[in-house]
Amino acid sequence: MSPDNYLYLAAALFAIGTAGVMLRRNALVAFMSVELMLNAANLAMVAFASARGNLDGQVATFFVMVVAAAEVVVGLSIIITIYRTRRSTSVDAANLLKL
Amino acid sequence: MISLETTFAPVLATGLTSYAWLIIAIPAISAAVLLLGGRLLDQVGHWLGVAAVTASFVIAATLFGYQLMSDESARAISVPLYTWIAAGTWKVTAGLLIDQLSILFALLITGVGALIHVYSVGYMAPDERRRRFFAYLNLFIAAMLTLVLADNYLVLFVGWEGVGLASYLLIGFWQHKPSAAAAAKKAFVMNRIGDLGLTMAVMSMLALFGSSSFAAVNAGAEHLDAFWVATIGLLLLLGACGKSAQVPLQAWLLDAMEGPTPVSALIHAATMVTAGVYLVVRSHAIFSISPVASTAVVVVGAVTLLVGAWIGTSKDDIKKVLAGSTMSQIGYMMLAAGLGPVGYAFAIFHLLTHGFFKANMFLGAGSVMHAMDDDVNMRHYGALAKVTRITFLTFGMGYLAIIGFPFFAGYFSKDHIIEAAFEVSTVAGIAALVGAGITAFYMTRLMLMTFFGEKRWREGVHPHESPLVMTVPLIVLAVFSIGAGALMNWWIQDWLEPAVGNHVHEISIVPGPIGWLTMLIVAAGIALGWYLFGRQPVPAEAPASRNPFTVAGRNDLFGDLVNDTLVVRPTMFASRGLVANDDKVIDGGVGGLATLTVGLSNQVRKLQTGQVRNYALTMTLGVVLVGVIVILSQLG
Amino acid sequence: MSGAEITFWIAAPLMVIAAALGLLVFRKAVYSALCIAFVMINLAVLYASLDAMFLTFVQIIVYTGAIMMLFLFVLMLVGVDTPDSMVETLKGQRGSAIAAAIGLLGLIVFGIAGALNGGPKVGLDAANAAYGGNVESLAALIFGRYVFIFELTSALLITAAIGAMVLGQHARTKPKATQADRAAERMRRYAADGVHPGTLPNSGVLARHNSIATPALLPDGSVSDASVSPTLVSRGVIVDAPAMSQITASAFDQVETAQEEDQ
Repeated sequence: MSPDNYLYLAAALFAIGTAGVMLRRNALVAFMSVELMLNAANLAMVAFASARGNLDGQVATFFVMVVAAAEVVVGLSIIITIYRTRRSTSVDAANLLKL
Repeated sequence: MISLETTFAPVLATGLTSYAWLIIAIPAISAAVLLLGGRLLDQVGHWLGVAAVTASFVIAATLFGYQLMSDESARAISVPLYTWIAAGTWKVTAGLLIDQLSILFALLITGVGALIHVYSVGYMAPDERRRRFFAYLNLFIAAMLTLVLADNYLVLFVGWEGVGLASYLLIGFWQHKPSAAAAAKKAFVMNRIGDLGLTMAVMSMLALFGSSSFAAVNAGAEHLDAFWVATIGLLLLLGACGKSAQVPLQAWLLDAMEGPTPVSALIHAATMVTAGVYLVVRSHAIFSISPVASTAVVVVGAVTLLVGAWIGTSKDDIKKVLAGSTMSQIGYMMLAAGLGPVGYAFAIFHLLTHGFFKANMFLGAGSVMHAMDDDVNMRHYGALAKVTRITFLTFGMGYLAIIGFPFFAGYFSKDHIIEAAFEVSTVAGIAALVGAGITAFYMTRLMLMTFFGEKRWREGVHPHESPLVMTVPLIVLAVFSIGAGALMNWWIQDWLEPAVGNHVHEISIVPGPIGWLTMLIVAAGIALGWYLFGRQPVPAEAPASRNPFTVAGRNDLFGDLVNDTLVVRPTMFASRGLVANDDKVIDGGVGGLATLTVGLSNQVRKLQTGQVRNYALTMTLGVVLVGVIVILSQLG
Repeated sequence: MSGAEITFWIAAPLMVIAAALGLLVFRKAVYSALCIAFVMINLAVLYASLDAMFLTFVQIIVYTGAIMMLFLFVLMLVGVDTPDSMVETLKGQRGSAIAAAIGLLGLIVFGIAGALNGGPKVGLDAANAAYGGNVESLAALIFGRYVFIFELTSALLITAAIGAMVLGQHARTKPKATQADRAAERMRRYAADGVHPGTLPNSGVLARHNSIATPALLPDGSVSDASVSPTLVSRGVIVDAPAMSQITASAFDQVETAQEEDQ
């Protein structure tokens, strides 16, 4: 089976993830959306690996997972820290980017 | 037109003469020490200043002696110092030229300068800023020496500006007086006009000759076309007019009398104001081949000598009478310098004698003011001959010298100018002759009002003779007022001939017809002065006069009015227009731009919500946009 | 249709629906997390269909088992009881976001469609067989060509662990309250606001109910509000204690009536 369908699926998941980041106010859900985008990219790489008969794509996916794990740990810690001081996980509440 | 001058290229300085730069360096360093030394030097500063100038005088005298002993061909010494500006193949070197002309100036500046320094020790004793005064005086000496010893016009210009600065600082030395501050500013601004002329002249030389050294300009002038020679000559004349207070830039000199009297004596009588004459004589190569430029010099000189004399007749302020007289005498020098090779030596001759007798009279006026509690109005003087005997006697020598009493200094120098003027042009000769008569008239008036008649002193004024430190310089200068003319009369023409290319005249001790005529006119001037001011008492207040000559004279021939109408008012008008333009158009434009920016920013600011989701949206939109552009460009 | 294709056509629609529902529709974050966990498992299935056995299990263990569960923990920590409001507060954000997402999708799909040339699918059989299996072949790459990157990830993981600890650190701004402090605080509040200083009453203990949902009865028979959790009250799961106590009361009445009749 050609990788086309896998790639289209990955594109769909990536677009859904993007929309989630832009639409959801809950920081945790937005974070999950980011994870979904990562996974969409992973899927594309595994599909390419299969299509090209080359394991390098799988290795890349493996490293992405490692990085994602580290990222989640730090990201969730940040969310908890913010929650502790602001009593909210809404990204709209943290509009400190504006003076 | 080229004269048959026998010129010698200056020889390179060797041995002790190569240290000639010390003559400038010593007063310059002294000025710096005095200015930086602060109150530590308050007690000794003035003597340091005197010592510095005296040292310069000794050096100048040594160099003069060296020149006297040298062969004629080895008298001019060139002292190269360093490369000032080096830009590619084009370079300007700073160096000194000590020739027959400049050494005379150096002697005058340092000699009269030293005497005036000594005099100032006494004159400025009550002033708590005396140390600063001496610093400025030393600065002036250094700058003036730079001016006359420079071997090219660019270095000369440095000295030229330096004396302008020193003049500004010293006229406004009593800056707490608004009139002094205004006078200083006026002198500075009017000098700027002349300086502009000199700058343009020097730039033209650099452009045309590739060098501003006297040697290159002298050598190159004869190959230049007439237009440029005339242009450079007229520009140099403009510079000379500004510095020497010649018509039309004469108005500042009368106001410059606001400065302390030694300053008036040194800067505004003996040395700085004669820099214009020096400039013209030094540039003789240009003036002697341009009839336009030299005629302009003659006209300026003749007009100024009459204008200055006229002002001198009407003023009651003793210093302003002398200032008018200075203008008039410098007019004589300019006239002589403009006459061409016949007059150069006489211009310098008169410049030197004038330096002595006018410094003498200014210092005498200072001594009188010292006696009269700084009152300058001659109508409040009278009968001072007995009280201030030394001042009277020395002043009298100056008086006899300036009117040209036989065998006094002025007799030789001025009569030569009048004779030379008649040789070249009858009109110029008559102007010089009339000027001599008027000079005799106003100087007689000054003498009678100050030293004779009855007392018209203000209450509480107790005249007294000045201390020795002030009278000794007066005596020395009086001696020179008597003897300088006779001393140099038979010598100076030959001496200067290699440097300025003058024609040597046969001089006889017996006056010719013009000499007798001059003496007659001078006698008439004295008689008129005695008739008007010696026979009857002088009123203590200036009587209202309807005589147009008197009114015009009292108002400096309306020089300020002319300046006001022609320059100041239009400038003010233009300035106001520019201010309005600045306020409305430029500020409005800038302000409008600022307002527009603020308005736009306030709109754009709304894009910055601080909401992270909004930023994510913007980013995504940007990615899509870039992607679309990339794809479209690849399709296209 | 091969097995892989069947698997794909079952899993892919489910994933898209679950992801869209979870991330864009459900208001409760817990549901989102569960949906994403479901997507992760399906991804593992797709990996398996793509001959990536090692990644299949890593996906299940790391993503589904660790990362998504970590999300759930954090959700519990910050509170699961309040659903997100789906009312958009930023003007024009929703429409623009949807348009941007669709535009991005279109862009990627267009790019993929343009880039694919339909070349032959090689398959991983040879590559997997090189070292005797998928795991072995991957290990050969990771500890061979990519060993340096692999070592670098250790630094990354340590940094992340330390970062999480630093961020989780709760700096104590005032000294820890001792028992004496707490008692004093209770008495101060009692004096100031009349708050009862002692322990709150237990929940009611009745013959048929002793759950925390049963309020205690005061001596006069009325309900003590302090004996049950406000959360339970707001959920409306509180047992009607007076009604239940009615049975006891009637039983006592009957006993008393019978005793009186016996006497």
